[in-house]
Amino acid sequence: MTGDANAEQDKARRFRDAALPYLDDVYALARYLMRGSADAEDAVQECYLRALRHFDSYRGPAMKPWLLAILRNVCNADFARRGKQEIAADYSEGEPAAEQVPMWQEPQPSPETALLREQDGATIRRLIAELPPPYREAIVLREVNDLSYQQIAEVAGVPVGTVMSRLARARSILRSAWNVAEQSAPRMTPGSAP
Amino acid sequence: MNCADCELLLHPLIDGELDAVHARDVEAHAATCAGCAEKLKTLRAMREAMAGAGLKFAAPASLRSRVEAALPQPSADIIAPRKFSQPSRRTFFGGFAAGAALSGAIAATLAVGVFRSDQNQQVADEVVSAHIRSLQAGHLMDVETSDQHTVKPWFDGRVDVAPPVIDLTAQGFTLLGGRLDYIDGEPVASVVYQRRKHVINLFVAQRLGIAHAGAIAETIQGYNVRHWTEQGLDFWAVSDLAGDELDEFVQKISAAVHPPGPS
Repeated sequence: MTGDANAEQDKARRFRDAALPYLDDVYALARYLMRGSADAEDAVQECYLRALRHFDSYRGPAMKPWLLAILRNVCNADFARRGKQEIAADYSEGEPAAEQVPMWQEPQPSPETALLREQDGATIRRLIAELPPPYREAIVLREVNDLSYQQIAEVAGVPVGTVMSRLARARSILRSAWNVAEQSAPRMTPGSAP
Repeated sequence: MNCADCELLLHPLIDGELDAVHARDVEAHAATCAGCAEKLKTLRAMREAMAGAGLKFAAPASLRSRVEAALPQPSADIIAPRKFSQPSRRTFFGGFAAGAALSGAIAATLAVGVFRSDQNQQVADEVVSAHIRSLQAGHLMDVETSDQHTVKPWFDGRVDVAPPVIDLTAQGFTLLGGRLDYIDGEPVASVVYQRRKHVINLFVAQRLGIAHAGAIAETIQGYNVRHWTEQGLDFWAVSDLAGDELDEFVQKISAAVHPPGPS
């Protein structure tokens, strides 16, 4: 009995050590897949609970793609359950800006550059959010989660060739939208920030 | 190297997925080809902008404590070995491209390999893509009617099969119409049904993927997919409908296609 309890304790500790370092990655993907931050947080929690249940059968190779694949299933199951059509919504709509914590850190950007870059970041996030789901998923796994092609293929359950073509398509759509956005987006000036 | 090969390899190049030999080939080509050089420059600029754009999200502290609280707490006196290290990136092409000089050959092998080994996966992907395309405004139906006797003849001469068009309105699946689609380069009949607000595309073709007994269920990009073979036809049903309801749909179609017992 003590042995069982110890084994459970040991498993819990191993799982926490292995999985919790990827919380930011899991949350980031959830934000891009789920749109709303509340839904994303629910999905992350469900992902970790599900991952713990399956931790006994986890044989690697890498924890991050394994967790992201579980998260993806959680999100898909959620869409299926609600029968919800994905709608390309304005990404930052109704969300306080403080919640979108940009993690980029560069040495001492001048205030003006910082404003422009933040605006650019918001624009890019919106453009990504507007991509059709398969392309959005591929580009986020690549550019945000920093997965290799092989890992993206495992997470998305598609061949590597499909990953390559989805990334190419995603970037091609982004590039066109990007140019349009740059021409039409109003430049942010100090004081106009929300 | 020609431009088509080069373009295919630009993405693995900027993603660091290309081995040194191929990377050098691509860069050598780009040095002599203004078009490819421009593409490479644009792609690199985009990657750089995205890297500096703060696309990551940090998990809020409240979420971190919530997740930690939901996991069982380990007691302090057990020390477990930390055996999980950060995953290492490895190049995809590096593995089998060593020594190979022609990226065109690589590209060809890649395409064929993917197609053969994973034909059903490929078709499943295309079927889901076709479903998503069909949901865009004005793409859903070529012939819009709930009358099965109008939909069925409409397919005559457009596809090489006579897809079963079954009125399941009484069972809660409304026939919306039919559409011609292209999957795997072949014309495919799509019969469109609806339950509540959920559209179901039923793709029917003589050969679409690898035949197998019984229905195969899958979820791709949040859409439920069912594939089965019956009466010499391949059926693919795709919908955002819940899995069990889609199964019910499959059963109804299957029962109608293949009535049980002598009649």
